[in-house]
Amino acid sequence: MTKLRIPLNLALTLFALSCAALSLGLGPAHLGFGRVLAALVGQGDQVAATIVWQLRLPRALLALLIGAMLGGAGAALQGYLRNPLADPGVLGTSSTAALGGVLALYYGFAAVSQLTLPLFAIGGAIVGLVPLLLLAARSEGPLALILAGVAIATAAGAGISLALNFAPNPFAAVEIMTWLMGSLADRSFVHVWLALPCVAIGLGLILLQGRALDALTLGEEGATALGIDLKRTRLLLLIGTAIGVGGAVAVSGAIGFVGLVVPHLVRPFTDARPSSLLLPSMLGGAALLAAADAVVRIVPTLEEPRLGVITVLLGVPVFLHQLMRARRQW
Amino acid sequence: MVRLDNVTVRLGGAEVVKGVSADLSGGVIGLIGPNGAGKSSLVRAIAGLVPAKGEILIDGAHVSSLPLGDRARRIAYLPQGQAVHWPLTVERLVALGRLPHLAPFARPADVDVRAIEEALARTELLALRERPIDQLSGGERARVLLARALAVDAPLLLADEPLAALDPAHQIEVMHLLREEAARGVTVIAVLHDLTLAARWCDRLLLIDGGRLVADGAPRAVLTGERIGAVYGVSAFIGEAGGEPLIVPLAHH
Repeated sequence: MTKLRIPLNLALTLFALSCAALSLGLGPAHLGFGRVLAALVGQGDQVAATIVWQLRLPRALLALLIGAMLGGAGAALQGYLRNPLADPGVLGTSSTAALGGVLALYYGFAAVSQLTLPLFAIGGAIVGLVPLLLLAARSEGPLALILAGVAIATAAGAGISLALNFAPNPFAAVEIMTWLMGSLADRSFVHVWLALPCVAIGLGLILLQGRALDALTLGEEGATALGIDLKRTRLLLLIGTAIGVGGAVAVSGAIGFVGLVVPHLVRPFTDARPSSLLLPSMLGGAALLAAADAVVRIVPTLEEPRLGVITVLLGVPVFLHQLMRARRQW
Repeated sequence: MVRLDNVTVRLGGAEVVKGVSADLSGGVIGLIGPNGAGKSSLVRAIAGLVPAKGEILIDGAHVSSLPLGDRARRIAYLPQGQAVHWPLTVERLVALGRLPHLAPFARPADVDVRAIEEALARTELLALRERPIDQLSGGERARVLLARALAVDAPLLLADEPLAALDPAHQIEVMHLLREEAARGVTVIAVLHDLTLAARWCDRLLLIDGGRLVADGAPRAVLTGERIGAVYGVSAFIGEAGGEPLIVPLAHH
């Protein structure tokens, strides 16, 4: 299986980059491949250059960044919680990030600048992290974290429902709903620069935990006996996931199931060590989201289907399949 | 090697180990006693995994003050049970034993590879090295986990019920391995339930009951009929077979 590692990562990188490249050619305005290429290298006409540089390239880059973050966070959390059904949403921070975004929309701050909404969402992720950190400092096992995550996500969900409930008019409610469904349409490089540091910090902190996650294969005591500082692992993983996923939700809205599905898709090609899953999951997440974001532009519907909806439609069958497999083992 | 002075462990408000004092150095030392006597808690306290009152010194250093990595290189701990959360291959799992020796981001060095090979060879797992752990029998899994502990190459080996789930042949094989470790200078402390195996293979037995150390010494001195009756609540046949001790619990008192 080790022999597969480099080809696997190479294949996933190529796949992700081709999906992203393909998506540069997709959009309401029909640009030929030549014009896109020319615009990319700064040679083309003004219209093509504007479309490629201001609309399509940021979108493609965001798909790669956010997909990588969600995939990596999913793999790390499944390893840490030793639960194949864990995903980045399990800690509740993506829900609080969504709540932050919804509040920005609800109170109209989102209209002030295109930065307000993402900043509110990142703020939401950080607020959601506080109870988790307080808990993580005390508890030993992962179960308390999962339960706290459920509680935080539920509370944030209630907050979002309340905002919809009190929405001043149907348009406001629709605006909130639409944002929640997740999309990468009409994003600019401002969003890329906002997401990039969050994702870089998030993925960096996650990649540092590889050994600790491997040791956790033997359980908490087994890992501690191997010299792993579990408190530190937990802290860095929580902060990394919250900042990274918070930043991702901030620019894209809620995109579910990528973090759950991707580790399952790549796991059969790895040697099952959680550390060997991290990089392929990041690359696979980037590829999947870039592909899904291309799909939403290819399907011939009047309105572009929301990215978050497409990833969920893709994710649910895999989730059910995994549940059935897990059931057989119980 | 290990010095215990008035060690007390509290878990969930109850004292599960009460004032145990002993010097444990060299050989195979068996920890015996009924279920819930506090054997596992004592082993976990020695490994530094649960807080304890009193003193636990490993080569003169307080176990609680040892840096985690240092502690992990000095103490190999084989936990009770066979929890392995992901289907790693046998080789990958045994390799986890080398984690305490690896510098950050370093790949395994020759010495690590050798330790892994040796652990696999000594537990007769070379043929199974590529097999995922979830495809092995309970006995094979137990051997893999023991190999993982051996790969740490620590001067102290703590094994919590290493014979559980093993058939008689593999039980004897594991006791052989523990004796081999002791012959290499490792201090082996093992929680055991089978009194005959404990008497036959251990150099010294510590009998624990209700959290207290009630007897400590050579197996024949510790395992008297009277004591087995008092601690386990059973009468026992104590005899010899081929010059080796034989202890068979017979009936409830």
